[in-house]
Amino acid sequence: MMENKLDGNAAAGNLEEIFPFEMTLAQATCAGCGAHDVIGAAGAYMHGMGTIIRCNRCDAALIRVAHIRGHYLLDMRGVSVLQMKEG
Amino acid sequence: MERRTLLGRLSWQLGEVVATRPETARTKSITLDLPGWRGHRAGQHVDVRLTAEDGYRAERSYSIASPPEEAPRVTLTVERLDDGEVSPYLTEELRVGDKLELRGPIGGYFVWEAEMGGPLLLVAGGSGIVPLMAMLRHRAAAESTVATRLLYSSRSLEEVIYRDELDRLVKRSAMLAVAQTLTRAQPPGWTGYSRRIDLQMLREVAWPVAQRPLTFVCGPTPFVETAAAILVELGHEPARIKTERFGPTGEKHDGE
Repeated sequence: MMENKLDGNAAAGNLEEIFPFEMTLAQATCAGCGAHDVIGAAGAYMHGMGTIIRCNRCDAALIRVAHIRGHYLLDMRGVSVLQMKEG
Repeated sequence: MERRTLLGRLSWQLGEVVATRPETARTKSITLDLPGWRGHRAGQHVDVRLTAEDGYRAERSYSIASPPEEAPRVTLTVERLDDGEVSPYLTEELRVGDKLELRGPIGGYFVWEAEMGGPLLLVAGGSGIVPLMAMLRHRAAAESTVATRLLYSSRSLEEVIYRDELDRLVKRSAMLAVAQTLTRAQPPGWTGYSRRIDLQMLREVAWPVAQRPLTFVCGPTPFVETAAAILVELGHEPARIKTERFGPTGEKHDGE
Protein backbone atom coordinates (compact mmCIF):
# COMPACT_ATOMS: atom_id res chain seq x y z
CA MET A 1 0.00 0.00 0.00
CA MET A 2 1.20 3.49 -0.83
CA GLU A 3 2.10 5.31 2.32
CA ASN A 4 1.74 9.02 2.42
CA LYS A 5 4.05 10.87 4.75
CA LEU A 6 2.18 13.35 6.86
CA ASP A 7 3.15 14.82 10.18
CA GLY A 8 2.19 14.46 13.76
CA ASN A 9 -0.52 17.10 13.34
CA ALA A 10 -2.59 14.62 11.36
CA ALA A 11 -2.08 11.86 13.92
CA ALA A 12 -2.95 13.98 16.96
CA GLY A 13 -6.64 13.06 16.87
CA ASN A 14 -5.77 9.38 17.19
CA LEU A 15 -3.37 10.04 20.07
CA GLU A 16 -5.87 12.28 21.85
CA GLU A 17 -8.33 9.38 21.92
CA ILE A 18 -5.88 7.88 24.40
CA PHE A 19 -4.01 10.76 26.04
CA PRO A 20 -5.95 13.65 27.62
CA PHE A 21 -3.38 16.22 26.44
CA GLU A 22 -2.73 18.37 23.42
CA MET A 23 -0.44 15.94 21.63
CA THR A 24 1.13 17.98 18.81
CA LEU A 25 3.18 19.82 21.43
CA ALA A 26 4.08 16.66 23.39
CA GLN A 27 7.87 16.13 23.28
CA ALA A 28 9.15 12.70 22.30
CA THR A 29 12.75 11.60 22.84
CA CYS A 30 13.81 9.00 20.29
CA ALA A 31 15.09 5.83 21.94
CA GLY A 32 17.27 5.24 18.88
CA CYS A 33 19.16 8.47 18.23
CA GLY A 34 18.24 10.62 21.22
CA ALA A 35 16.71 13.43 19.15
CA HIS A 36 13.80 15.15 20.81
CA ASP A 37 11.11 17.10 19.08
CA VAL A 38 7.41 17.78 19.34
CA ILE A 39 5.04 15.20 17.89
CA GLY A 40 3.61 17.85 15.56
CA ALA A 41 6.97 18.07 13.79
CA ALA A 42 7.55 14.31 13.56
CA GLY A 43 6.67 12.27 10.50
CA ALA A 44 3.43 10.30 10.50
CA TYR A 45 2.31 7.47 8.26
CA MET A 46 -1.38 6.67 8.45
CA HIS A 47 -3.09 3.75 6.80
CA GLY A 48 -5.74 1.15 7.45
CA MET A 49 -3.63 -0.80 9.94
CA GLY A 50 -3.00 2.21 12.14
CA THR A 51 -0.62 5.10 12.51
CA ILE A 52 3.16 5.17 12.84
CA ILE A 53 4.93 8.26 14.09
CA ARG A 54 8.56 8.42 13.06
CA CYS A 55 11.63 10.33 14.26
CA ASN A 56 12.42 13.23 11.97
CA ARG A 57 16.15 12.68 12.35
CA CYS A 58 16.68 8.90 12.10
CA ASP A 59 13.26 7.74 10.83
CA ALA A 60 12.91 5.12 13.59
CA ALA A 61 9.32 4.31 14.58
CA LEU A 62 8.58 6.26 17.77
CA ILE A 63 4.96 5.33 18.34
CA ARG A 64 2.69 2.83 16.68
CA VAL A 65 -0.99 3.13 17.45
CA ALA A 66 -3.92 1.07 16.24
CA HIS A 67 -7.58 0.89 17.22
CA ILE A 68 -9.04 -2.51 16.52
CA ARG A 69 -12.41 -3.85 17.64
CA GLY A 70 -12.68 -1.61 20.65
CA HIS A 71 -9.06 -1.99 21.76
CA TYR A 72 -6.21 0.47 21.52
CA LEU A 73 -2.82 -1.04 20.75
CA LEU A 74 0.08 1.23 21.55
CA ASP A 75 3.70 0.29 20.84
CA MET A 76 6.03 2.92 22.26
CA ARG A 77 9.35 1.08 22.20
CA GLY A 78 10.83 3.85 20.08
CA VAL A 79 10.31 6.58 22.68
CA SER A 80 12.51 6.83 25.75
CA VAL A 81 10.63 9.80 27.23
CA LEU A 82 7.28 11.27 26.29
CA GLN A 83 6.70 14.65 27.88
CA MET A 84 3.21 16.16 27.91
CA LYS A 85 2.17 19.54 29.18
CA GLU A 86 -0.76 19.92 31.55
CA GLY A 87 -3.58 22.19 30.48
CA MET B 1 -9.78 33.41 23.95
CA GLU B 2 -11.13 30.20 25.31
CA ARG B 3 -8.62 27.42 25.60
CA ARG B 4 -8.75 23.85 26.65
CA THR B 5 -7.55 24.10 30.21
CA LEU B 6 -8.49 20.61 31.30
CA LEU B 7 -8.55 18.85 28.00
CA GLY B 8 -10.24 15.52 28.56
CA ARG B 9 -10.16 13.04 25.76
CA LEU B 10 -11.37 14.20 22.42
CA SER B 11 -14.96 13.33 21.79
CA TRP B 12 -17.07 13.27 18.66
CA GLN B 13 -19.75 15.91 18.22
CA LEU B 14 -22.40 16.61 15.62
CA GLY B 15 -22.45 19.81 13.63
CA GLU B 16 -25.22 21.02 11.39
CA VAL B 17 -24.35 22.25 7.92
CA VAL B 18 -25.57 25.86 7.69
CA ALA B 19 -23.93 26.87 4.41
CA THR B 20 -21.92 25.43 1.54
CA ARG B 21 -20.00 27.41 -1.03
CA PRO B 22 -18.01 26.22 -4.04
CA GLU B 23 -14.55 27.80 -4.00
CA THR B 24 -13.14 26.22 -7.18
CA ALA B 25 -14.22 23.32 -9.40
CA ARG B 26 -12.68 20.89 -6.93
CA THR B 27 -13.03 22.60 -3.57
CA LYS B 28 -15.98 23.52 -1.46
CA SER B 29 -16.36 25.35 1.85
CA ILE B 30 -18.73 23.85 4.37
CA THR B 31 -19.90 25.93 7.32
CA LEU B 32 -21.10 24.06 10.40
CA ASP B 33 -22.90 25.21 13.48
CA LEU B 34 -21.34 23.49 16.50
CA PRO B 35 -23.23 24.35 19.70
CA GLY B 36 -20.66 22.58 21.91
CA TRP B 37 -17.62 24.13 20.24
CA ARG B 38 -14.91 25.16 22.74
CA GLY B 39 -13.26 27.59 20.37
CA HIS B 40 -10.19 27.07 18.24
CA ARG B 41 -6.98 28.75 17.15
CA ALA B 42 -6.03 29.57 13.58
CA GLY B 43 -4.19 26.62 12.04
CA GLN B 44 -5.96 23.85 13.93
CA HIS B 45 -7.89 21.03 12.29
CA VAL B 46 -10.74 18.64 12.94
CA ASP B 47 -11.20 14.96 12.23
CA VAL B 48 -14.38 14.18 10.29
CA ARG B 49 -15.95 10.73 10.55
CA LEU B 50 -18.45 9.16 8.18
CA THR B 51 -20.31 6.00 9.15
CA ALA B 52 -22.00 3.87 6.49
CA GLU B 53 -25.20 1.94 7.17
CA ASP B 54 -23.21 -1.28 7.59
CA GLY B 55 -21.05 0.33 10.27
CA TYR B 56 -18.01 0.93 8.06
CA ARG B 57 -16.26 4.09 9.11
CA ALA B 58 -13.86 6.43 7.38
CA GLU B 59 -12.05 9.28 9.08
CA ARG B 60 -10.13 12.21 7.63
CA SER B 61 -8.48 15.37 8.95
CA TYR B 62 -9.52 18.75 7.55
CA SER B 63 -8.09 22.14 8.38
CA ILE B 64 -10.35 24.81 9.76
CA ALA B 65 -10.58 27.74 7.32
CA SER B 66 -12.55 30.13 9.52
CA PRO B 67 -11.07 32.34 12.22
CA PRO B 68 -11.74 31.79 15.94
CA GLU B 69 -13.82 34.96 15.88
CA GLU B 70 -16.60 33.14 13.99
CA ALA B 71 -17.10 30.39 16.59
CA PRO B 72 -19.35 28.50 17.23
CA ARG B 73 -19.51 28.43 13.46
CA VAL B 74 -16.66 26.57 11.85
CA THR B 75 -15.88 26.45 8.14
CA LEU B 76 -13.88 23.68 6.49
CA THR B 77 -12.66 23.89 2.91
CA VAL B 78 -12.47 20.44 1.37
CA GLU B 79 -10.75 19.42 -1.84
CA ARG B 80 -12.39 16.58 -3.74
CA LEU B 81 -10.06 13.65 -4.33
CA ASP B 82 -11.58 11.52 -7.06
CA ASP B 83 -10.64 8.24 -5.43
CA GLY B 84 -11.38 9.51 -1.94
CA GLU B 85 -13.79 7.89 0.49
CA VAL B 86 -14.77 11.02 2.34
CA SER B 87 -14.12 14.11 0.22
CA PRO B 88 -16.53 13.20 -2.65
CA TYR B 89 -19.33 12.90 -0.08
CA LEU B 90 -18.41 16.19 1.61
CA THR B 91 -18.10 18.14 -1.64
CA GLU B 92 -20.99 16.62 -3.61
CA GLU B 93 -23.55 14.99 -1.34
CA LEU B 94 -23.62 17.03 1.83
CA ARG B 95 -26.46 19.58 1.98
CA VAL B 96 -27.51 22.43 4.25
CA GLY B 97 -29.38 20.92 7.20
CA ASP B 98 -27.35 17.69 7.18
CA LYS B 99 -25.43 16.65 10.27
CA LEU B 100 -21.72 15.90 10.24
CA GLU B 101 -19.74 14.08 12.91
CA LEU B 102 -16.41 15.60 13.88
CA ARG B 103 -13.98 16.06 16.73
CA GLY B 104 -11.62 18.88 17.51
CA PRO B 105 -10.09 21.33 17.53
CA ILE B 106 -6.83 19.39 17.20
CA GLY B 107 -3.28 20.69 17.23
CA GLY B 108 -1.27 23.30 19.07
CA TYR B 109 1.87 23.18 16.95
CA PHE B 110 0.80 24.59 13.58
CA VAL B 111 -0.99 27.56 15.11
CA TRP B 112 -0.66 31.31 14.79
CA GLU B 113 -2.31 33.91 16.98
CA ALA B 114 -2.00 37.67 16.55
CA GLU B 115 -0.06 38.05 19.81
CA MET B 116 2.66 35.72 18.51
CA GLY B 117 3.72 38.59 16.25
CA GLY B 118 5.89 38.26 13.19
CA PRO B 119 6.90 39.11 10.61
CA LEU B 120 4.83 36.28 9.28
CA LEU B 121 5.65 34.22 6.21
CA LEU B 122 2.97 31.88 4.90
CA VAL B 123 3.79 29.45 2.10
CA ALA B 124 0.91 27.49 0.57
CA GLY B 125 0.73 24.82 -2.10
CA GLY B 126 -2.75 24.12 -3.49
CA SER B 127 -5.31 23.39 -0.79
CA GLY B 128 -2.54 23.93 1.76
CA ILE B 129 -3.85 27.48 1.75
CA VAL B 130 -6.74 26.47 4.05
CA PRO B 131 -5.13 26.66 7.53
CA LEU B 132 -3.10 29.69 6.38
CA MET B 133 -6.36 31.38 5.36
CA ALA B 134 -7.62 30.86 8.91
CA MET B 135 -4.50 32.76 10.05
CA LEU B 136 -5.09 35.58 7.54
CA ARG B 137 -8.76 35.81 8.51
CA HIS B 138 -7.83 35.84 12.19
CA ARG B 139 -5.22 38.52 11.49
CA ALA B 140 -7.92 40.66 9.83
CA ALA B 141 -10.59 39.98 12.47
CA ALA B 142 -8.15 40.83 15.28
CA GLU B 143 -7.10 43.98 13.37
CA SER B 144 -3.52 42.85 13.63
CA THR B 145 -0.87 44.87 11.82
CA VAL B 146 1.73 42.09 11.90
CA ALA B 147 3.71 42.35 8.65
CA THR B 148 2.69 39.32 6.60
CA ARG B 149 3.65 37.80 3.29
CA LEU B 150 1.90 34.91 1.58
CA LEU B 151 3.45 32.90 -1.23
CA TYR B 152 0.74 30.76 -2.80
CA SER B 153 1.39 28.18 -5.50
CA SER B 154 -1.47 26.84 -7.65
CA ARG B 155 -1.58 24.99 -10.94
CA SER B 156 -3.80 27.57 -12.67
CA LEU B 157 -5.80 30.69 -11.88
CA GLU B 158 -9.03 28.64 -11.82
CA GLU B 159 -7.57 26.55 -9.00
CA VAL B 160 -6.72 29.51 -6.76
CA ILE B 161 -8.89 29.14 -3.67
CA TYR B 162 -10.18 32.35 -1.97
CA ARG B 163 -8.96 34.46 -4.90
CA ASP B 164 -11.33 37.42 -4.42
CA GLU B 165 -11.03 37.39 -0.65
CA LEU B 166 -7.23 37.45 -0.84
CA ASP B 167 -7.46 40.51 -3.10
CA ARG B 168 -9.77 42.20 -0.61
CA LEU B 169 -7.50 41.39 2.34
CA VAL B 170 -4.49 42.87 0.51
CA LYS B 171 -6.44 46.06 -0.27
CA ARG B 172 -7.48 46.33 3.36
CA SER B 173 -4.05 45.93 4.92
CA ALA B 174 -0.93 47.76 3.85
CA MET B 175 1.06 45.25 5.91
CA LEU B 176 -0.08 42.24 3.88
CA ALA B 177 1.47 41.17 0.57
CA VAL B 178 0.47 38.18 -1.54
CA ALA B 179 2.73 36.66 -4.21
CA GLN B 180 1.30 33.96 -6.41
CA THR B 181 2.80 31.42 -8.73
CA LEU B 182 0.85 29.44 -11.33
CA THR B 183 2.79 26.34 -12.22
CA ARG B 184 0.89 24.89 -15.20
CA ALA B 185 -1.18 27.53 -16.96
CA GLN B 186 -1.09 31.32 -16.80
CA PRO B 187 -3.73 33.69 -18.16
CA PRO B 188 -2.69 36.37 -20.69
CA GLY B 189 -1.02 39.28 -18.94
CA TRP B 190 -0.17 37.26 -15.81
CA THR B 191 2.31 39.22 -13.73
CA GLY B 192 2.97 36.68 -10.98
CA TYR B 193 5.45 33.80 -11.00
CA SER B 194 5.01 30.99 -13.54
CA ARG B 195 7.04 28.12 -12.09
CA ARG B 196 7.33 25.81 -9.13
CA ILE B 197 8.69 27.37 -5.99
CA ASP B 198 12.46 27.57 -5.95
CA LEU B 199 15.31 29.24 -4.12
CA GLN B 200 15.19 32.44 -6.15
CA MET B 201 11.45 32.85 -5.55
CA LEU B 202 11.72 32.27 -1.82
CA ARG B 203 14.70 34.60 -1.65
CA GLU B 204 12.53 37.32 -3.20
CA VAL B 205 9.41 36.69 -1.14
CA ALA B 206 10.65 35.48 2.26
CA TRP B 207 11.71 38.10 4.75
CA PRO B 208 15.40 38.82 5.23
CA VAL B 209 16.86 36.21 7.58
CA ALA B 210 17.81 38.92 10.08
CA GLN B 211 14.11 39.74 10.59
CA ARG B 212 13.55 36.20 11.91
CA PRO B 213 10.14 35.59 10.34
CA LEU B 214 7.74 33.09 11.81
CA THR B 215 7.01 30.73 8.94
CA PHE B 216 4.14 28.34 8.25
CA VAL B 217 4.33 26.05 5.23
CA CYS B 218 1.39 23.89 4.18
CA GLY B 219 0.80 21.80 1.10
CA PRO B 220 1.43 18.37 -0.38
CA THR B 221 4.40 16.55 1.16
CA PRO B 222 6.95 17.20 -1.67
CA PHE B 223 5.98 20.89 -1.78
CA VAL B 224 6.40 21.28 1.97
CA GLU B 225 9.73 19.48 2.04
CA THR B 226 11.08 21.54 -0.86
CA ALA B 227 9.98 24.85 0.65
CA ALA B 228 11.27 24.02 4.14
CA ALA B 229 14.64 22.82 2.80
CA ILE B 230 15.09 25.99 0.73
CA LEU B 231 14.20 28.23 3.67
CA VAL B 232 16.79 26.46 5.83
CA GLU B 233 19.32 26.77 2.98
CA LEU B 234 18.61 30.51 2.87
CA GLY B 235 19.54 30.64 6.54
CA HIS B 236 16.15 30.74 8.27
CA GLU B 237 16.00 29.08 11.68
CA PRO B 238 14.46 25.59 11.43
CA ALA B 239 12.72 26.10 14.77
CA ARG B 240 10.76 29.04 13.34
CA ILE B 241 9.58 27.09 10.29
CA LYS B 242 6.45 25.08 11.00
CA THR B 243 5.16 22.66 8.42
CA GLU B 244 1.96 20.80 7.81
CA ARG B 245 1.91 18.14 5.15
CA PHE B 246 -1.36 17.79 3.39
CA GLY B 247 -2.61 14.59 1.97
CA PRO B 248 -5.16 11.86 2.23
CA THR B 249 -4.91 10.11 5.56
CA GLY B 250 -5.44 6.38 5.26
CA GLU B 251 -8.76 4.73 5.67
CA LYS B 252 -9.64 3.49 9.07
CA HIS B 253 -11.68 0.38 9.69
CA ASP B 254 -13.65 0.10 12.85
CA GLY B 255 -15.19 -3.25 13.44
CA GLU B 256 -17.26 -2.21 16.42
